[in-house]
Parts: sequence; structure tokens; C-alpha cells
Amino acid sequence: MNSPALPTASRPGFLARRRRAYYFFAMPALVVVGAVIIFPWLFTVWMSVFDWRIGSVPHFVGLENYIKLATNQRFLESIVHTFYFTLLAVILPLLLGTAAALIFHREFPFRGVLRGIFTMPMMATPVAVALVWTMMFHPQQGVLNYLLSLVGLPPSLWVYSQTLVIPSLVLVEVWHWTPLVMLIVLGGLAALPTEPYESAKLDGATEWQLFRYITFPLLAPFLIVAAVIRTIDALKAFDTIYVISQGGPGTASETINLYLYLQAFAFYNVGNASAVVVVFFIIILALALVLLHVREKTKWI
Amino acid sequence: MSQPIRDDRPDALRRRLLGAGAGAVALGALPGASLVQAQGSGAFDWKRFKGEKIEVFLVKSPRGDLLTKFHKEFEDLTGIVVGSEMVPEQQQRQKAVIEFNSGNPSFDVIALSYHVQKRQFAKNNWLTDLRPMIADKSLADPALDFADFAQGGLNYAVEPDGRVNSLPLNLDPWVVYYNKELFDAKGIAFPKTFAEMQDAAAKLTDSGKGVAGFVARGLKNANVPVWTSFLLGYGGSFIDGKGKLLTDSSEAIDAGKMYQVMLGKYGPPGVAGFNWNESQSLFLQGKAAMWLDGIGFAQPLEDPTKSRIVGKVGYGVMPAGPKRQVSALFGDGEGISTYSKKKGPAWFYLQWASNKMNQTRMLQAAAGAPVRNSAYAAAQSSSDFKAPKQWVECMLTSARIAQPGLPVISPVTEFRDVFGVALTNMINGADPAAELKKATADFQPVLDKSEKA
Repeated sequence: MNSPALPTASRPGFLARRRRAYYFFAMPALVVVGAVIIFPWLFTVWMSVFDWRIGSVPHFVGLENYIKLATNQRFLESIVHTFYFTLLAVILPLLLGTAAALIFHREFPFRGVLRGIFTMPMMATPVAVALVWTMMFHPQQGVLNYLLSLVGLPPSLWVYSQTLVIPSLVLVEVWHWTPLVMLIVLGGLAALPTEPYESAKLDGATEWQLFRYITFPLLAPFLIVAAVIRTIDALKAFDTIYVISQGGPGTASETINLYLYLQAFAFYNVGNASAVVVVFFIIILALALVLLHVREKTKWI
Repeated sequence: MSQPIRDDRPDALRRRLLGAGAGAVALGALPGASLVQAQGSGAFDWKRFKGEKIEVFLVKSPRGDLLTKFHKEFEDLTGIVVGSEMVPEQQQRQKAVIEFNSGNPSFDVIALSYHVQKRQFAKNNWLTDLRPMIADKSLADPALDFADFAQGGLNYAVEPDGRVNSLPLNLDPWVVYYNKELFDAKGIAFPKTFAEMQDAAAKLTDSGKGVAGFVARGLKNANVPVWTSFLLGYGGSFIDGKGKLLTDSSEAIDAGKMYQVMLGKYGPPGVAGFNWNESQSLFLQGKAAMWLDGIGFAQPLEDPTKSRIVGKVGYGVMPAGPKRQVSALFGDGEGISTYSKKKGPAWFYLQWASNKMNQTRMLQAAAGAPVRNSAYAAAQSSSDFKAPKQWVECMLTSARIAQPGLPVISPVTEFRDVFGVALTNMINGADPAAELKKATADFQPVLDKSEKA
């Protein structure tokens, strides 16, 4: 009766040793995460409660930076601009990219070459793309207004108008990133099983029914991935906007990122900028939760 | 650390100009500076710091390129080895702040834009006072002749308390480029006053042909000097002696109204998003009668591969406002880091960079408008100098009537941003008085804080 007790007595020590060893192996990862994610994050929160301008002595101000942001019209507008831009810059490439993928999934001559051409915008450098589009948008000398004039339409002000600037910037994003969505969806289409289609056709399903009840539900996980990637990209969009409109005319296209850049790197107001980062982080976190929730819900499709 | 805010009212400005002038005279009277003329430059020992090494931190621009190209010449002359770094303007400004704040910047010599960095550098005591070295005849080359420097440049170099923190290299007064062909077609002469300017813009605007009577920057931040060009002519200024903004004064509002009319009414569609490059391309196509901007944008206008208006461009001095005739001035120069351990060699570099040869080269390469008056005559005597005579005259006249185009304060970028938004709103129909009142109220606390810290 005593003998079985011996191994059990030694077990806790063994487990504890194993646990210690486990922590040891996790250390490198923990150090990296701590140094590049957790520490900067805590430091940002720390800076956000100071009145801190580079070149002057920081003063502790508590939540004053946040209170000021809550009543800062320009910051609040930048949140609206960010959402407006993101919404358009996610939905349009998603719709067009999916449509393009469905087209390119079919067999037709020169499909490979055309696919290659279609993905080319994605490979261009954003700043170069932005500079070219800036020239095309020029209200007097731009090629876009020339094209409009060919079909008898009046010239548009594009990014030089306060109301059209965000849709015009989205146009650039759509041109640039629709191919990415197409690639993701195309990958999804290639992975779809053929059996459900065959049996559905036997049952007399129409093309639309095939898409709605087979293709779309099976494709949903890929669409979600594309949507998440696009959302991340659109939220952090900076280069295109900065190069083309610099947030203007006035502040009409100033997104949170541009506002943040101004505060931190043009005005050297790092306290205030840190508060903006914290608020932006909370917004992104909330949005991520919404997306996760949507992913759960999509199981019904 | 903290110095009184510069007083920008006209009377105070006059006093300050006189003071700065006296300072310049005093510089000339310093033993080192005057001795040189007598001595002749042959006696000056350029090899004194042979074998030392300095680091210079320049802005990526035609001027930075030009100096870098001839660094070898400086090395041969002095035996000092030059390490140099050139980064784009915005990044240079950010890097300068960060490096100076670290207390151990990697450079000995730094290029500065006066309108952005002068007050910031002076307030933080980041630059070495050059006066002792100017006075030391073993350190100051006889050819460093301050009488040859344009007054506007010396004003930038001299601080209100008399310190000399930098040597100016390039001046950028704002001028009016005009299309002679369009003016002649309507039989209009180049305007001499603001009223004539508005009148001319009204007559020259022809939306049917897509011709704008006037074009200038409407994009926020970039647009502020356009408004200050008007503000100075209306007799306005930026800040009073107590550090209170004067940017909602009646002069400022008049300037705002003029900005609104000139751009909103006579400007091209979409001008609210125009920076200098959009303005320039419109003018190059012959689609704008007048273009107000810095004098440094002239080169492409005379280049047949880029311009449709070669030979038709007039270079006009900024017309007179109801109170004064002023050209808004910008400029840049070079100073020595206060943390530098090689101030002597760095000072040699400054003298070399601003010498007559380099200043003449700058003009010949169309890389800028030199601060040395003698460079203009020198450049014109060379056969490959292509700038029109009228451009040179316009430059010299403008430099004489020039005043800083932006307030000399630390948070100048924020100033341009806040007032830039107000100006863009004006183009789109907002009331100038209300916009300026709001911008002034928004910016006053920022200014107060920057001077207190």
C-alpha cells in the first residue's frame, strides 16, 4: 500500500520543475512582446496624462488631454472622416474584388495574362501611386476632367473639393487594393468543392441560387479575411492621404492618423498625441470585437 | 533661457530693424572684420584646423546638393574632413529637434530655415553665438564682409539680444509672377497697389477660356504666407510686445478679405487644395495671369521644355498695400551646434559656405537667391547665366522691402496649420473676421505656453 504513494509524492516536484522549465522557454517570446508591445503601450498611456511637448518639461495633467479631445471639434471630425473613409474603402474593393474574382474564375482566353495585369496596381509604391493620382486629379490639367469632358460631363474638383475629397481618395484606394481582395477570393474559389454544385445542378438550381446558397456561404470565411485586412489597411491609411490632400482642403480629409501625425511630428505635442493614440486604440479594439462578433454570426450564411 | 517675445508692431519693427542695422555696423567695426580688408585674404590661415573632422547636417535641396558637390574644395582649402548628411526638409526639422533634445547631436553644423527654426533654436540655446569668432582675426576670413550681406538676411541672423546665431545663405522674398501676354491683351499695366491688383485680377479672369486672374496657395499651412503678404501691406503685424496675437486686428481682417476675393473669386476652381506646385503648373500653361509665391520658383518658367510662356513672364515686386509696400521674406542659413566640440572648424565651414564663390554658384545653378549682393553682379557677368534681368532687379528690390513672412515664434508650424485652416474656410465662403477671431483664440494659448516653457 505504501509503494504507490512514493511516485505521487514525487509528482508535485516533477510538475513544478516542468512548469519552471516551461516558463524558461517562454521567456524570449515574453521579453520580445514586453519590449515591443507592452512597454511602448504603457509608456504611451503614461505620456498621455502629461502636458508634454518635446523641448519643454512635462507636467502631469491627469485626464486633461482626454477631456480636451472630447470637446475638440477637429479631432471629433477626424473620427468621422476616418469611419467614412474606412467604410467606403472596405466595401467598394470587397464588392469589386469579389466580382472580379468570379469573372477571373471562369475559363476564357488570355485569362492568366489578364489576371496578371489586373493585379499590377497592388505592386506599385503607395507614394508613387498617390503622386500620379494627384496629377490626374488636377482640376484644370488633370486627365480625369479631360475624360469627363470627352463624354460630355462637367469637370469635377475631385480632391480639391471639400465634399468630394474623401470619395476621390477612396477611388485611389479602390484602384490600388481591389486586386488584393480579388486574389484572396480567387484563392477561396479555387478551394471550393465541386460536388455540391453538381448535385444542386441535378436538382435544377439556377445560377443565382448556386451563388447565393453554395458559393457565397462557402466563400464567407475568405470574404471575412479580406474585410479584416481591408479594414486594417483603411484604418491605418496615411501615405495616400498625406501625399494627395494633406488632410485638406481645410480639414475635410483629415483622418485620425493625419491629426495624430500633426500633433506628434509637426507640433511636437507628444502628450496630446499619446492621448489620441489611446483613444484610437480603443476605437480599433471596439471595431475588432464587432468584427469577431460578425464572424461568429456568419455561421448562418 | 526665456527671452522676450519679439515685438512685431510697425514702430517696434522699425526700431528693431535699426537695432539690427546697428548690430551689422558693429559687426563691420569689429577688429577682425575690418582688419581683413586691409590685410588681404592671402594672409588668412585656412589650414589652422588641418586634420580635424566635422559633421554637417543639411537639407536635401538644390542648395544642399550644391554645397555637398563642392565639399572637396573646402577639404582641399582647409584640410578639414567633412562628413555630411542631407535629409528632406520635414525630416530635417524633426531630426534636429530630437537630436538637440538628446543633448548630444551628431552634427557640428546645421542648416536652418529661419521662418521655422529661428525662434525654436534661439529659445532653446541650441546654436553657438558667433560673435567671438567673428571678432577673432585669426578665425575670421577678411573676405567675410557683412556689408555685402542683404539687410533682410542680417536681420534673420541677429537675435533681439544681439547674438549672432547663424550666417544667412539664401533669401526667398515673395514676388508676383505675371503673364505679360495676358496683361498686354487687355492693355493692363502691372499693378502698383493692392487696389490695382484686385482690379487687374477682375479684368484678367476669363472663366470661359479657363484663365484665372490670380493664383496662389490655398492649401492649409502652405497658404499662410499669401495672407501675411497682404497683412504686411495693410500695415498689420503678428504679435505685440506683450506676446498678444494681433491676427484678428482690422488689418488682419482686411488682409483676410483680400485673400478671400483674390483666391475665391479670381482664383481657379479647386484653389483651396492648391500648393505651389499646382499653382505653378497652371501658370506654366498660361492659364493664370498673376501668381504670388517665393522668388525661387522661376527656373521652370524660362525652360522651354516645361513652360508654354517662355519669354512672356514678368517678375513683379509685391504691390504696395494701403499702408506699406512689403515683400514677405523667408530664408535659410547655417549655424553651429552649441554642443559641438569643433566650433573652430565648423566656423570655417560656415564662412566657406557663405563665401562669394558659393553664393555666385547658387545663383548660377538657380538653386536660390543669394544673400550676398555682390553675387548678382558676379553671376550676371558669366555667359551661362540665364535668369532674366527683370528677375534680378525684382530680387534686389524685393530684398530691400522684405520683412519676415511669418512670426518668429517656436510653434510656427501650428500657427500655419491653425490659420491655414481658417484661410481655406474663407476661400469656401466663411466670414474672415469670424474665422480669424476663432483661429486667434485657438492659437493664443499655444503661443503663451511655448514662450513660458
